[in-house]
Amino acid sequence: MKSDIILAGVGGQGILSIAATIGMAALENDLQLKQSEVHGMSQRGGAVQSHLRISDKSISSDLIPVGKADLIISVEPMEGLRYLSYLTDDGWLVTNSKPFKNIPDYPEIEKLTGSIDKIENHIILDADKIAHKIKSPRSSNMVMLGAASPFVDLPYKSFEVGIEKIFGRKGEQIVKLNLDALKAGREFAEQSVKTELNN
Amino acid sequence: MEKLLLLGDEAVSQGAIDAGMSGMYAYPGTPSTEIMEYVQRSKTARDRNIHRQWSANEKTAMEASLGMSYAGKRSMVAMKHVGLNVAADVFMNAAVTGVNGGLLVAVADDPSMHSSQNEQDSRYYGRFALVPILEPSNQQEAYDMSYEGMDFSEKYNLPVMIRLTTRLSHSRSGVKTKEIKDEKEISYPADPIQFVLLPSNARKKYKILLDKLTELRKISDDSKYNTYFDGEDKSLGIIACGIGFNYFMENFPDGICPYPVLKIGQYPLPTKMVQEIDGECEKLLVIEEGYPMVEELLRGFLNKEKRILGRLDGTIPRAGELNPNIIAAALGKGNGKTLQVPDIVANRPPQFCSGCSHKDVYEALNETMKLFGSDQRVFSDIGCYTLGALSPYKSIHTCVDMGASITMAKGAADAGVRPAVAVIGDSTFTHSGITGLLDAVNENSQITVIISDNSTVGMTGGQPSSALGKLENICVGIGVDPDHVRVVTPLRKYHEEIVDVLNEEIQYEGVSVVIPSRECIQTLTRKKKKT
Ligand SMILES: Cc1ncc(C[n+]2csc(CCOP(=O)(O)OP(=O)(O)O)c2C)c(N)n1
Repeated sequence: MKSDIILAGVGGQGILSIAATIGMAALENDLQLKQSEVHGMSQRGGAVQSHLRISDKSISSDLIPVGKADLIISVEPMEGLRYLSYLTDDGWLVTNSKPFKNIPDYPEIEKLTGSIDKIENHIILDADKIAHKIKSPRSSNMVMLGAASPFVDLPYKSFEVGIEKIFGRKGEQIVKLNLDALKAGREFAEQSVKTELNN
Repeated sequence: MEKLLLLGDEAVSQGAIDAGMSGMYAYPGTPSTEIMEYVQRSKTARDRNIHRQWSANEKTAMEASLGMSYAGKRSMVAMKHVGLNVAADVFMNAAVTGVNGGLLVAVADDPSMHSSQNEQDSRYYGRFALVPILEPSNQQEAYDMSYEGMDFSEKYNLPVMIRLTTRLSHSRSGVKTKEIKDEKEISYPADPIQFVLLPSNARKKYKILLDKLTELRKISDDSKYNTYFDGEDKSLGIIACGIGFNYFMENFPDGICPYPVLKIGQYPLPTKMVQEIDGECEKLLVIEEGYPMVEELLRGFLNKEKRILGRLDGTIPRAGELNPNIIAAALGKGNGKTLQVPDIVANRPPQFCSGCSHKDVYEALNETMKLFGSDQRVFSDIGCYTLGALSPYKSIHTCVDMGASITMAKGAADAGVRPAVAVIGDSTFTHSGITGLLDAVNENSQITVIISDNSTVGMTGGQPSSALGKLENICVGIGVDPDHVRVVTPLRKYHEEIVDVLNEEIQYEGVSVVIPSRECIQTLTRKKKKT
């Protein structure tokens, strides 16, 4: 088993909480893990990415080679496209549709969705809207993780355990909100894909 | 034994804590910052009361670390690559004095300059100082090297450098820890003049240092961090240093590589092993993160045989960080067809946070400078406020090294430039700005220094600033006329007032300091969340 995942977003959007949760889920299954993060200057509103590699064998590089990522999870519609060259032919792009505009030359949203639609395997969802709907407005990242979870070769239960471990310190209520968000994202993905899913 | 999920930086910290470290010293700097931050969060460090406060700069940090070593206790100092320039004086000389308690110098380089002014390679400093260098290829090695490095340092009576690069510093993986050791008791160096580098003694100590080199080379040949893997195909031998080894092995997913490989994790280079791979193989490819240091050593100036491949002959790009694809290309393996990134994807550079005080400073500064003519230049420095060089502000025109804004403004004023204005951050000012301001005071140079005080070390994530609450007193204390130390509040509503103050002080014929002071929006929000 191996999953090479790229997480994409803008500094401050908290993509590392997604990485940490998947990381916990992987450890839960006794898998090897390498997770490279962006710290420093780009965290000031710049483009950020994280390479997350999980495998049942030992992992060499901390960086995923170009053309080898199985999945890109992007919490912003333009940022996922930035790393397209990393995706394998049959890889998935799971992206939030809500733009984060902090630059003057941000492209028109129709053009972005046009580019996303051209990718064979993709899911696009308004994670912020879904999070609001389930009254968990600050859990859009976990909605994203839920939507991406079918494409990571781990049992759904492990993601739940991951959330319990990562958010446990913050109390039961927060854990529940994030679990709800995970579920809402997962359901969205399952509905929009007719493919056979694991579990 | 425990299994932890740690960044490379954090593995270094945990290794040092478990090795019985009594004190950690550092000045923040990407990608090294997390080394200290981890110690500050560590329960063991708290229980043992391990020293874990930030220092004013890398030089003061390393000196304090050496002082703790003098007292017989184990200590570590951490910094980013350019920080070692600041600490170079003590670093070079500490190699000559040697240590008493174990002393680790953890330095994190930033190839590709993700958050830095340059991509200098700290291994040159290690070589320059003639100290052993450990270069981990993964998080476990980072831990082990730090843990064992303390013993190594004491055994050979030398500071030991641990060299990291961005990717390992900021990548997380599982680390198995070892048994935690007791701290050392206070004990003075047996030789009372060990640390007295008067020429007569320094010559003796330098001789001892040179003699140790032979031994260090031998140890490198026996080190478990230098490993020889044999291979069938002798047309090419690989010498892979640090995480370069991982990028190489990524190209052999089943772990089987046809070529002989020498993996380097400890310097000076292991003489016998290098001779062996050289004797076995027709050509050698050197894979190293940073400058082509090993490659240059092996190839020699005349490069007569042209057998050494790497960054110098173009097999690998001369500059920038390595990755698996660069190594694949160097091995003649294609990287295959990849999906195209659509042209509409725009750059998203880092930028000021909304509500940042530096923005109000630049609004006022731009308006003020216009009063003095159209092509005005402003000297500046390194920090979040450096983003003022970019659009839309374009207010500042230099960013060289910590503290240079004040001294460069002084030099320009000496050359006759009017107005000569410097913009510096509060932490940068106490790091390396004070001495420059003293130079200006002593000559009554006509400069205006704007200390844009957000009361934190913003760029590196909001660490406490050594300058907090001290700026006015420092300036007055070193001789700036108190009437020309002006504090303002950088908020939109005070815009006119700030412009007036700047205008007045720029016209003053002497040293003036304007301190726009308002807390960083990030640290403020964090504090509010906590309460
Ligand atoms: C010698 C050296 N040490 C550390 C750094 C990393 N670094 C860059 S800017 C900065 C701090 C800036 O703090 P401050 O001057 O208060 O400005 P702010 O970022 O808060 O605006 C640091 C630590 C560096 N570039 N050079």
